[in-house]
Amino acid sequence: MNPHEPFEPVIVAFCCHYCAYTAADMAGTRRLCYPANVSIIRVPCSGKVDAIHILKAFEKGADGVYVAGCLDGDCHFKKGNQRASRRVAYVRRLLDDIGIGSERLAMFKMSAGMGERFAEAATQFTETIRALGPSPIRTAVQQAA
Amino acid sequence: MKTESVLEKVLRSGNFAVTSECGPPRGAVPAKILEKAKMLGDVVDAVNVTDNQTAMVRMSSFAASVFLRQAGLHPILQMVTRDRNRLAMQADIIGAYSHGINTMLCLSGDHPKFGDHPMAAAVHDIDSIQFIQMVRKMRDEGKFQGGADIENPPRMFIGAAANPFADPFELRVARLAKKVAAGVDFIQTQCIFNLDKFELWMEGVRKRGLHEKCYILAGVTPIKTVGMARYMKNKVPGMDVPQHIVDRMAKTPKEQQADEGIAICVEMIQRLRQIEGVAGIHLMAIEWEHKVPEIVQKAGLYPRPKI
Amino acid sequence: MITAERKPIDEIIEYIRPFQKILLVGCNECVTVCSAGGRKEVGILSSMLQMSFLKQGKPIQILEHTLERQCDPEYTEELVSMIDGVDAVLSMACGCGVQEVARRYRNKPVFPAVNTKFMGASERQGVWAERCAGCGDCLLGITAGICPIARCSKQLMNGPCGGSTGGKCEISPDVDCAWALIWERLKALKLTDRYEEIIPAKDWRNGRGAGPRKIVREDLAE
Repeated sequence: MNPHEPFEPVIVAFCCHYCAYTAADMAGTRRLCYPANVSIIRVPCSGKVDAIHILKAFEKGADGVYVAGCLDGDCHFKKGNQRASRRVAYVRRLLDDIGIGSERLAMFKMSAGMGERFAEAATQFTETIRALGPSPIRTAVQQAA
Repeated sequence: MKTESVLEKVLRSGNFAVTSECGPPRGAVPAKILEKAKMLGDVVDAVNVTDNQTAMVRMSSFAASVFLRQAGLHPILQMVTRDRNRLAMQADIIGAYSHGINTMLCLSGDHPKFGDHPMAAAVHDIDSIQFIQMVRKMRDEGKFQGGADIENPPRMFIGAAANPFADPFELRVARLAKKVAAGVDFIQTQCIFNLDKFELWMEGVRKRGLHEKCYILAGVTPIKTVGMARYMKNKVPGMDVPQHIVDRMAKTPKEQQADEGIAICVEMIQRLRQIEGVAGIHLMAIEWEHKVPEIVQKAGLYPRPKI
Repeated sequence: MITAERKPIDEIIEYIRPFQKILLVGCNECVTVCSAGGRKEVGILSSMLQMSFLKQGKPIQILEHTLERQCDPEYTEELVSMIDGVDAVLSMACGCGVQEVARRYRNKPVFPAVNTKFMGASERQGVWAERCAGCGDCLLGITAGICPIARCSKQLMNGPCGGSTGGKCEISPDVDCAWALIWERLKALKLTDRYEEIIPAKDWRNGRGAGPRKIVREDLAE
């Protein structure tokens, strides 16, 4: 990393098609700003996201990852968002175990119409990660390169 | 008479028996066990010596029993299946008998998790009922559990525990029946506070004639403080303390609670003596052994019969 | 199935720290069912280890492979093409599998990545409970389908003990009293008379008592 360039976090957001992704769309339509640091990956349901997807994101140098799904009770696939919540909690512990830090992974819940919430979550999470600094993996990968 | 046991003599002669209990010290301090023996003196017919009670290591009940025997008392050797396999048990039984110990209690034992060695492996080679069968085979057939002959077989008076207050209640009479079928001579119950429940259990026991096949000693414990009453009510599995007992202790001023506890205990003994099928009492005065003579005397059970 | 749980990551890291390239091998049977050491878990552990070592400035190469079973020589033979290229093997199989791999590839250090726990069944998704102690002389036919050796904390064959409270074991309100369960089953099957039949002392020679056990089928063994 060039020490003269300020650190720009790389954030990966797994967003469920029915709610979070639609909320992201809404944010766009309403011209609500959210950081360009966030790269969105659309999934059919937040419950589709597995531990390995999150870990691979960190392995490839993401500084922060979040999973965004529907509000409780609203999941199009019934309980996908609950499964996602439990998995995210599980992977947070794994991240602590290997010294990456559970703060770099989060779960957000929102409805399809909550454009502001999407933008707010994206912005707040990016700032949280900015304050934490680059992920130790990203640093190591760049040093190796 | 099956044995030389003083307890057996007292019971068979129709006297109301009195047994008590003492725990060996947590170290090589025989003086402590002898001190407790002195307190119990001649007010009891026999004394239980506990075996690593609540899974806390103490001087072995075998060693402590030998000290008591040498001091002229009549120990009831408690043995749990948790800490020994059948070889060690039979070895200890013939060893103890060789020291003049002729009365024992066959128990499973509290789980190691309650004690100071929760990391230890529990043995449980046999359970308490198989244990009773084994001791009876040693005594009546003169054979070890494995089948070989015993030279000078131990003539043990065999006891076990019964808990009318554990769950499921509907099984508690059947459980006693099993122990009787296995060959038990006497049983001591968990300490009684809920007299109604105990009487219900005794009804079931009498219906099956079990009180005529083994001697039932009712367990009693004097309560020292209202705190102790609450602790036993809420924190000890298998113990049933009715609210009215707790209330009675709570109403009593602190300095008088000990005396009130003794009074409750004496009343309990007097009521238990009236119940058909109760052949005696087992007085467990935990860390309060010096009160045993007073309780026995107040209950009108002193002096003990000289047999 | 045989259940297991992944070892703490620090312990695993210490095992493989001296090596540059390892073979991480999972098993498609029991440890897959209890989500401890199947293909998925191999991927997760591999990712975790690679990130951990990368972070320490000492990247490690991990070759991932999952066998159908690790407790059969026919399957462990599959590793022969991969074994020369690695310095050590980290196995996510139960103790049986780890030992079979170690036996076959005795010139490579083999480490366990999971702690093998017990023989059990699934209570519901994500929850497995101990059911069988492998005593070698099954008495489930007499105890109405509930094992007092595996499920009673004191392996009483003539229980319950005096600590049974509200259908639960004295050691914890989360553990069922096996004898309370047996009694309920006997009632449901109208076999309550059986309760008073004394089950005699067990011959532990059928179990671990006679040393490590072996089964030989003469019709199958050459």
